[in-house]
Amino acid sequence: MSVFLALFGREIRLVLRQPGEAALALLFFLLGGAIFPIALGPDPVLLAVVAPGILWAMALFAALLSLDRLFQGDYEDGTLDQLMLLDLPAPAICLAKALAHWATHGLPLLLVAPLLALGFGLSAEGIAVLVAGLALGGPLLSLIGSVGSALTLGARRSGTILPLLVLPLYIPALVFGVGAVDAVLGGFPAAPHLMLLGAFALAALVLAPWAAAAALRLALD
Amino acid sequence: MTETQPSALFRAEGLVCRRGERPVFAGIGFALAEGAGLLLTGANGSGKSSLLRLLAGLLPAESGTLYWGGAPVAADPDAQRARISFLGHRDAVKPGLTVLENIEGWASLLRAAVAAGRTALAGFDLENLADLPARYLSAGQRRRLALARLLLVDRPLWLLDEPQTGLDAAATARLAATIAQHRAAGGIAIVASHGGLDLPAAERLDLVHAAQLDLDVAHRAALEAARSGEQR
Repeated sequence: MSVFLALFGREIRLVLRQPGEAALALLFFLLGGAIFPIALGPDPVLLAVVAPGILWAMALFAALLSLDRLFQGDYEDGTLDQLMLLDLPAPAICLAKALAHWATHGLPLLLVAPLLALGFGLSAEGIAVLVAGLALGGPLLSLIGSVGSALTLGARRSGTILPLLVLPLYIPALVFGVGAVDAVLGGFPAAPHLMLLGAFALAALVLAPWAAAAALRLALD
Repeated sequence: MTETQPSALFRAEGLVCRRGERPVFAGIGFALAEGAGLLLTGANGSGKSSLLRLLAGLLPAESGTLYWGGAPVAADPDAQRARISFLGHRDAVKPGLTVLENIEGWASLLRAAVAAGRTALAGFDLENLADLPARYLSAGQRRRLALARLLLVDRPLWLLDEPQTGLDAAATARLAATIAQHRAAGGIAIVASHGGLDLPAAERLDLVHAAQLDLDVAHRAALEAARSGEQR
């Protein structure tokens, strides 16, 4: 456990030391989201209807933007070899890295999402459910993304292949995340959607690290 | 080399390595007692790095067996991992962290005391650079930082891939002394090197490029055996 925490802390420290890349993903989320009201016109009714879908889609894209490098840097500088020799099973290494990715990329997104949602004129309860959905879905995006990142490790066009691989797997998160906000806006309870989203996140928490570890072993071969 | 077998601590038999369809080496074996050194030599591409990665468990062997203290390594890979310090040809140094943060990070990942970081830096003359971001290090200094990792924990098996790359004469001497000390304490050092590193009383294993093996019947037979074994 101490090795796991050491790795998790080290990952976060590395991102904080060179925050440009994480900030870039966040800015992309903000600016990309802000483009839509301009493109669609200032119709408050329309904007409130499309807001959940756009914000969730932008969150997916922002996650993809940074996932590409999740293992790449460690692979290129030899760190991955050393990590694989630690007294830590490979799935735990992948879990630590995925959780650190969520803490450094997913959490900030969660904090600025309400701002963006306000710009779309989303109601207060809609924003609350959106944030709850992103809180559950964020780890899911990082975990699934870690599998894709490990699978494309060493591929020449990994930045292009990764979205093709991962986006289809993100669809459940998108469906239930958007569904939760739509439900509450339509006067229905959001809880069933959020519970399903949470169930997906838990399943990914158990399965994704194993899949990512298997992909890493292939990459190091 | 096989006459030392009864007292051998680390032993390899009939190692075959193939990357993709390309055979890298075949029929590699050695037996090393406590304190032994093994110098891997051979042309570029002859498989020195592959052999070291294979010994570290980072690369699966096509066939062949490794023994530690008489027991097959494959029976308990976790225990084997805990015996190894591996130095690849890449330094695993993070440019965004300072020299001290780099080494202390590895100290906590390797379950060593954080204070061991400074001691390890001193071992390779890096204590003056402790607070310098690692991105400003020269290639040789980065290599020394990677080597300092060896001093964090006491592992019996050192697998070093061209450890002297980029080092100046003083650092190379220090590296040789460090390896000698490790061996004097009963550790085993397996070092791939193109020369320039003095490994006294070490055995040598010359890897021949597989492309040159065509006339070497023994190697070929071993590769064939491995291949038919796979088909079965």
